[in-house]
Amino acid sequence: MADEPLVLGIETSCDETGVGIVRGTTLLADAVASSVDEHARFGGVVPEVASRAHLEAMVPTVDRALKEAGVSAKDLDGIAVTAGPGLAGALLVGVSAAKAYAYALGKPLYGVNHLASHICVDQLEHGALPEPTMALLVSGGHSSLLLSTDITSDVRPLGATIDDAAGEAFDKIARVLNLGFPGGPVIDRYAREGDPSAIAFPRGLTGPRDPAYDFSFSGLKTSVARWIEAKRAAGEEVPVRDVAASFQEAVVDVLTRKAVRACKDEGVGHLMIGGGVAANSRLRALAQERCERAGIRLRVPRPKLCTDNGAMVAALGAEMVARGRAASSWDLSADSSLPVTEPHVPGHDHVHEVSKENLYS
Amino acid sequence: MLLLALDTATPAVTVALHDGTDVIASSSQVDARRHGELLLPAVDRVLAEAGLKLNAVTGVVVGIGPGPYTGLRVGLMTADTFGLALGVPVHGLCTLDGLAYAADIGQGPFVVATDARRKEVYWARYADSRTRLTDPAVDRPADIADQVAGLPAVGAGALLYPDTFPQAHEPEHVSAAALASLAAEKLAAGEELPAPRPLYLRRPDAQVPKNYKVVTPK
Ligand SMILES: [Zn+2]
Repeated sequence: MADEPLVLGIETSCDETGVGIVRGTTLLADAVASSVDEHARFGGVVPEVASRAHLEAMVPTVDRALKEAGVSAKDLDGIAVTAGPGLAGALLVGVSAAKAYAYALGKPLYGVNHLASHICVDQLEHGALPEPTMALLVSGGHSSLLLSTDITSDVRPLGATIDDAAGEAFDKIARVLNLGFPGGPVIDRYAREGDPSAIAFPRGLTGPRDPAYDFSFSGLKTSVARWIEAKRAAGEEVPVRDVAASFQEAVVDVLTRKAVRACKDEGVGHLMIGGGVAANSRLRALAQERCERAGIRLRVPRPKLCTDNGAMVAALGAEMVARGRAASSWDLSADSSLPVTEPHVPGHDHVHEVSKENLYS
Repeated sequence: MLLLALDTATPAVTVALHDGTDVIASSSQVDARRHGELLLPAVDRVLAEAGLKLNAVTGVVVGIGPGPYTGLRVGLMTADTFGLALGVPVHGLCTLDGLAYAADIGQGPFVVATDARRKEVYWARYADSRTRLTDPAVDRPADIADQVAGLPAVGAGALLYPDTFPQAHEPEHVSAAALASLAAEKLAAGEELPAPRPLYLRRPDAQVPKNYKVVTPK
C-alpha cells in the first residue's frame, strides 16, 4: 500500500473549500470549509462571496488536511485540483493554490474534472471502480447519467437534466412547505411518515418519445407548488408528510428508472450514485431494490463523500498518477465549462480553450 | 535575502526577484484576462533567468490591490501558498504604492489611479514616491476632480480619464520590480509591511447566477 500514490486534492468549484488526501484508494483526510451560511441571505451561491471565502480558507484547510492525514507535504506524489466545471472565479482560486503548491513542492499537477471526481470518489469507499461503471450524479448543481470505461480517460454523457438539478427541486419544495434549509434531509425525514402514492405527481420526460436518459424536474416542481397552493387557497390543511413522500417518490422513481434502464441498455453491471442527493434514503432504497431486481451491483459512497469535497479530487488525481496520465502544465487555467468528456486537462498536446464568460467581472 | 515579488492587481502579470540590493530578474506581461495562466510560468521564467530555485526565496511580497478581484486573487493565493509550502513570510504591499514608487515624479504631491472598471478608478494621493497621504479608494473620476485638481497623476486610471487627470503619464501599470525594491527598502528600515490580505474596496455583487446551486435562507 505504501507504494500507492499519495495525492492531495483541492476543490473550489462552488461554495465548498475542500482539501483531501488519499493514498491510492485509501482516504487519509477530508477537510472542508463551507461558506454556505454567507450565501443564505442571498437565496443562492453568490460567486464573489464564494471566491473571497476560498481565498481565506485555503491555507488553513490545506494545513488541516495534512495534519489529519499525518503526512508530510514533501512525501506527496502529486497535487490534483478541480479545473472545471464550476464557478469561474471560484475555480481560479483553487487552481492558483494548486499550481503554487505543486510548483513549490516540485510535484506534478493534475487539473481534473469535477464530475469525474464525483464518480471516482467511490474508490475510497468500495475499492477500484469496475470498468465500465454507470454513474448517476445528483446534487444541487448537477443531474447527469454518465458511462465510464476508464475514469481517467473515458467518461461519456448519456443524459442530463434539461432544466433544474434534482437537488434544486428538493430545496424549492422544502421552501414552499416552509420546512427550511437544506431541503434534502428535511423532505427525506417527513417523507418517511408519509404515503408516497398519496398524490400522483408527474414523472418528467418518461413518455415513449422523450429522451431516454435526460431528466426534467421543473414541471414536477411547479406541479407540487400548485397542488400545495390549491390546498391552501381552499383553506385546507396541507398534508406535509404525504406531499413530501409523493414528491420525493416522483424524483427518485425517475432517477432510478432511467439509471437502471441505461445499465440494461448498455450492458453495464454496476451503478454508482454520487452527489449530495445520493444521501436521500428513499433514493438509496429504491435504487437498491431496482438494481437487485435487474442484477446490477449498486455502489453509493457515504454522504460526506457524495457532497463536494477535496478527497474526490485527490481520488481522481491518484488514479491519474497510477495510470501514468500526463500532468497538467503550469499555465493550466480554470475552465468553468470543462466538458464532462475530459476527465483531466493534460499539458500542451491538448490545450483547452478557456471559457471567457464571467472570468473577470 | 531573496525576495520574490508578484502583482496581479492590474492588467499586468508582473514578477521580480530582489536580492536585498538589486532586482536581479523580472517579467511583466499585460493581459487582463489571463492572470491565472501567466503567473506561474512567469515565476518559473524569472527564477530560471536568475539561475535560482524557488526554495532559495526567503520572503514573498505580493500586491494586495486594490484591483479587479478575480485577477487580484491569483497573486494573493499564489503568494499565500508559496509561503505555506516554503515556510517563509508573505508580505503585502498596496499596489498603488508600487506605482507611486516607480512614478519617478520628483517632489509631490501627486496621484496614483488605476482602472477599477465600471467607469471608476482606484486611487490615492501621495506626498512623494514613498509617502501615501490617503487610504486607497474607489470612485468615479468626476466625483474626485476637486481632490486631484492640478496634480500630476500616474497609472492606467489616470491615463483613461484625461478630463479629470490632464497631467497623466506613465507608468501605466505596476511592476513587481518596483514593489520588490520598495519592500526591500522598507524591510531594511525595519518597517512592518501589511498582511497579504486583499483590498477589495467594494462589496460583492449579490447576483446569483441562474441554474446554480440554490440556498434557501434558514
Ligand atoms: Zn459537485
